[in-house]
Amino acid sequence: MQKAFRLKLIFMEAKTLFDKVWDAHVVKKVEGGPSVLYIDRHFIHEVTSPVAFLGLKNRGLKVARPDQTTATPDHNVPTTNQHLSIVDELSRNQVEKLKTNCEEHGITFHGLGTEGHGVVHIIGPEQGLTQPGMTIVCGDSHTSTHGAFGAVAFGIGTSEVEMVLASQCIMQPKPKRMRITVDGELKPGVTAKDVALYVISKISTSGGTGHFVEFAGSAISSLTMEGRMTVCNMSIECGARGGLIAPDETTFDYVKGRMYAPNGEDWDKALAYWKTLKTDDDAVFDTEYNFDAADIEPMITYGTNPGMGIKISENIPTSDGLTGNDKKSFQKSLEYMGFNEGEPILGKPIDFVFLGSCTNGRIEDFRTFTNYVKGKKKAEDVVAWLVPGSVAVEKQIREEGLVEILEDAGFELRQPGCSACLAMNPDKVPAGKYSVSTTNRNFEGRQGPKSRTLLASPLVAAACALEGKVSLP
Amino acid sequence: MPLPIENVDTDQIIPARFLKAVERKGFGDNLFRDWRYLDGETPNPEFVMNKPEYSGSILVAGKNFGSGSSREHAAWAIYDGGFKVVVSSFFADIFKGNALNNGLLPVQVTPEFLEEILESIENDNKAKFTVTLENQTFTNDTTGNSIEFEINPYKKTCLLNGYDDIDYLVNMKDEIEAYEQK
Repeated sequence: MQKAFRLKLIFMEAKTLFDKVWDAHVVKKVEGGPSVLYIDRHFIHEVTSPVAFLGLKNRGLKVARPDQTTATPDHNVPTTNQHLSIVDELSRNQVEKLKTNCEEHGITFHGLGTEGHGVVHIIGPEQGLTQPGMTIVCGDSHTSTHGAFGAVAFGIGTSEVEMVLASQCIMQPKPKRMRITVDGELKPGVTAKDVALYVISKISTSGGTGHFVEFAGSAISSLTMEGRMTVCNMSIECGARGGLIAPDETTFDYVKGRMYAPNGEDWDKALAYWKTLKTDDDAVFDTEYNFDAADIEPMITYGTNPGMGIKISENIPTSDGLTGNDKKSFQKSLEYMGFNEGEPILGKPIDFVFLGSCTNGRIEDFRTFTNYVKGKKKAEDVVAWLVPGSVAVEKQIREEGLVEILEDAGFELRQPGCSACLAMNPDKVPAGKYSVSTTNRNFEGRQGPKSRTLLASPLVAAACALEGKVSLP
Repeated sequence: MPLPIENVDTDQIIPARFLKAVERKGFGDNLFRDWRYLDGETPNPEFVMNKPEYSGSILVAGKNFGSGSSREHAAWAIYDGGFKVVVSSFFADIFKGNALNNGLLPVQVTPEFLEEILESIENDNKAKFTVTLENQTFTNDTTGNSIEFEINPYKKTCLLNGYDDIDYLVNMKDEIEAYEQK
């Protein structure tokens, strides 16, 4: 009896990292319903916030915690001539609306051309707004990026943006727990992006649905913060609510000294808490996956969802063994891409290369790309868009002398924004053209109507840009 | 309305270039825009929404419906497009939440039941289905077969009574402030 009681006690105490952060933020649990979850940090951008502000106005409400809210326009912005007014009227209107909404409610707004401007998921970590143990939301599915710091971060819809603006809380059912462990050493040329694409290719775009994923294992903890952000960014692409990684020295070193990071005594207090943020040994996950880092090679996608990824050295799969709607969907996807079943992907000609986005628009991505193309030449008929994730990244690229190397190799740098990730601004891939892209989604038309996207790492993108075809780095 | 395609993502439901409005209106016109129109403007006669023989307020789609972006515009577009219910064998999380916040009911059925529904529509494009939220049942009137679907009890109450999460949260102001003081 006594033993059973003790076991139960141990069982109850053992928590996952996700549980620790989530539970610490529950203001109230609604009977038979969701939890009222307190939000530490709310990021907003121009696309998913205007209707929420309109809702507030209609209810006669003010923003509850403007000091915990940060805004930047990123989806709509052009990536050249940002000093000029935005040409597209609807885009300009959305960006201006964000600015006036922020002014009205006293929210920090990082406008175009200012030091703090950039893709919302790049500037948060950069400014130290993203910290371990926080709850972070934004009306954008790639909010999962911030989980790299051991935060519970997830994308929300506009009604939920309005909830957070109005109350700093959100109503959410608690997701299930999943752990994806990648152990071992990554081979040379294999990057965080390849890990992400590999995992999604194994568990599919719905494998993580209903779950919050903790990424663990030696291959994950050996990643830099930039790499960890890439992995957590892509967690939404396996259907998960979000992904997170236990904070460690790499995390603390990254956060320390940043603009909004705690200082002095506050830092010591925060650090002591952050060090407790890891999954207890006895904690139980609802679902677990284990992968061996040695099995991962440079990856690329051949279809129209991020789960349709293969090793570049492999052939495109066949529909043998698929039936019914599975078969039809697979064939529709290949038809859209203009690929045949069973043929090699290596050597397929490409037209565009895009380096950037909240997935791969950080300094490390630019260093990797630049290092690979150094002293070589871009293929003449490839159009390459190199778009830093933020003004700070752009500045660092210049300071490190990467621009000269890129220019010598035939590349030019553009200005920060979401750019060709989602075809909402002038950077669109034309119909039928192939784009090797370091972004997160290869959906039909994602980079422009009828565009064809092949997702890959910055290193693979660099190799493809030089060869003008799908190539191994 | 049958849409037997899997992984219908939010970029297909409403492409990003149509997300530029600052008010919530007119999204229904751009629902499934790139499937619905050839070269931007000419209706694609092959797409189900352009076939006059199909109509109704229930959208029936393949598994993993609504994957991708958190854009609530996807739920708005479907609702504005005249649908009250979406049936699939699997929904993406964020889409499901957005739908429920907008009076659009996601009904998850088994893959077998989904096949049966699609078969009934294929045999008769006027096939009828009955959704009863109170009992959480979805009935195929042709075969008489019925399935119980899941919905969070809190969300069910909200939908049935037109309650709103924001009212609920605003009324919790004191509790939230007490939490902040901790």
